[in-house]
Amino acid sequence: MTDSFDILVVGAGPTGIAAAVSAAAAGKRVGLVDDNPVAGGQIWRSGGELPRDAHRSMASLEASRVVRLQGWRVFDAPHPGVLHAERGDGECAELGYKSLILATGARERFLPFPGWTLPNVMGAGGLDALVRGGVPVANKRVVVAGTGPLLLAVAAHLTHHGARVVAVCEQAPWPRLLRFGAHLLAEPSKLRQGAEYRMAIRGARYRTKCWIAAAHGRDRLESVTLRQGHRQWNVPCDFVGCGFHLVPNVELPALLGCRIDNGCVSVDETMQTSLPGVYCAGEPTGIGGVDLATLEGQIAGLAATGHQDEARRLARRRSGKLGFVRALDQAFALDPHLRALPSADTPVCRCEDVRLVALHGHTNWRDAKLQTRCGMGPCQGRVCGPAAAFLFRWRVESVRPPIFPALVSSLGSACESGAAHPNSAPQGAFPTFAKETL
Amino acid sequence: MSDAARSIALTVNGEAISVAPGTTVAAAVLTAGAPTRRSITGEPRGPLCGMGICFECRVIIDGVPHQRSCQILCAPGMSVSTEGLLTP
Repeated sequence: MTDSFDILVVGAGPTGIAAAVSAAAAGKRVGLVDDNPVAGGQIWRSGGELPRDAHRSMASLEASRVVRLQGWRVFDAPHPGVLHAERGDGECAELGYKSLILATGARERFLPFPGWTLPNVMGAGGLDALVRGGVPVANKRVVVAGTGPLLLAVAAHLTHHGARVVAVCEQAPWPRLLRFGAHLLAEPSKLRQGAEYRMAIRGARYRTKCWIAAAHGRDRLESVTLRQGHRQWNVPCDFVGCGFHLVPNVELPALLGCRIDNGCVSVDETMQTSLPGVYCAGEPTGIGGVDLATLEGQIAGLAATGHQDEARRLARRRSGKLGFVRALDQAFALDPHLRALPSADTPVCRCEDVRLVALHGHTNWRDAKLQTRCGMGPCQGRVCGPAAAFLFRWRVESVRPPIFPALVSSLGSACESGAAHPNSAPQGAFPTFAKETL
Repeated sequence: MSDAARSIALTVNGEAISVAPGTTVAAAVLTAGAPTRRSITGEPRGPLCGMGICFECRVIIDGVPHQRSCQILCAPGMSVSTEGLLTP
């Protein structure tokens, strides 16, 4: 399939929807490409109660003339003005654009600890998403751990679904959380939401400076060891949701050649990246939450369609909200003690089963990748990269196409010719799966 | 509408189960109690990220391997298998 747009938006979360709708309102032909089955991104994932903003945003998307490409995953940017995407059934698309808006969102940061690879140990947002997807948690014992405001939201949501949240473990210390709370006084709606979440889980202990030291079980999770200071104790549980705040998804911006600073995409006040005509909005420019991300999407949509004055007017509102990005960063900065969590035989790279001991002695990410295959599996370092960056203080960057595993038939010129692709993929068709399938 | 009319029938490793519309394949596999895959050294694994980036949830759907089950909704008559991936 081949199509071409004035404005192409990548990512149909709150940011991408806002960007696409505001660009389409300017009369441009707008495409919105997203790899999830339905729009809404992670925060507005269907299968649960959604805030009023989400319904309003979805309705505005429905009412717009935005061309929606849902279930398409962008895997390459072969040359300026063109992206390649693939659908689950192997169909490939060449998507042309005059301007590009990247709204690729964020993912959870995972840190390895003994037992973190056991089935039923998931991300905090991961468990939440799976429950929205139909995983039953009624009467299940759940430990929510890691760091970030997401933990309370997830614990409240799981409680709402009947889970018994037995502990919420936040690695950050109380004084920092109090400072964060003080910052929220300027944003009463966020403070109110936090208080509501806390009320919803009032049966569970919310512990600070506390984390999972290990997860135990034979073929699946049976219990965790929690640690708080020098104290350590065992808690039986059925599920763990453990995530250490968020990391921006900068793979596509990096592949395009956008300047990345400190793990975030650099943008000017109208959300334009270092590449003219390429904009980036939302979490990839800094983790700041849904309100800021939506505003940034609007700014990018306006700027990309030439409405500079309006974009600058909104940009002034944005600059007043950037303090929240810094407040989040400071409040939920990782405790250095977490570096000692994995033991020698703990897998750091889950795709290639590269254990901590194999990574010792390497001096940088590239060296570790080449010598151990760490980060070389199908997730391409999306999980172990941010972990290695924290554990070893490595600069983890090096993006090359395809940025997601793609069928051999989708690579290169096959996409451009619009050739039909077989519905069923032959074994070994995924280059990065070679080790497992052979 | 009755419960039966609102449910989707599929099989996980040959076992018939029914789920509500909107249920992901990952949720169906978890409900059936199976790990989604074995790692390259043979460890059982289940979904981690729930959003399509970790690839731990890949299963065989209707004969097509390496499908990320957290990103795919259950459909009537779907045949899901984790067993082809169970041997390292």
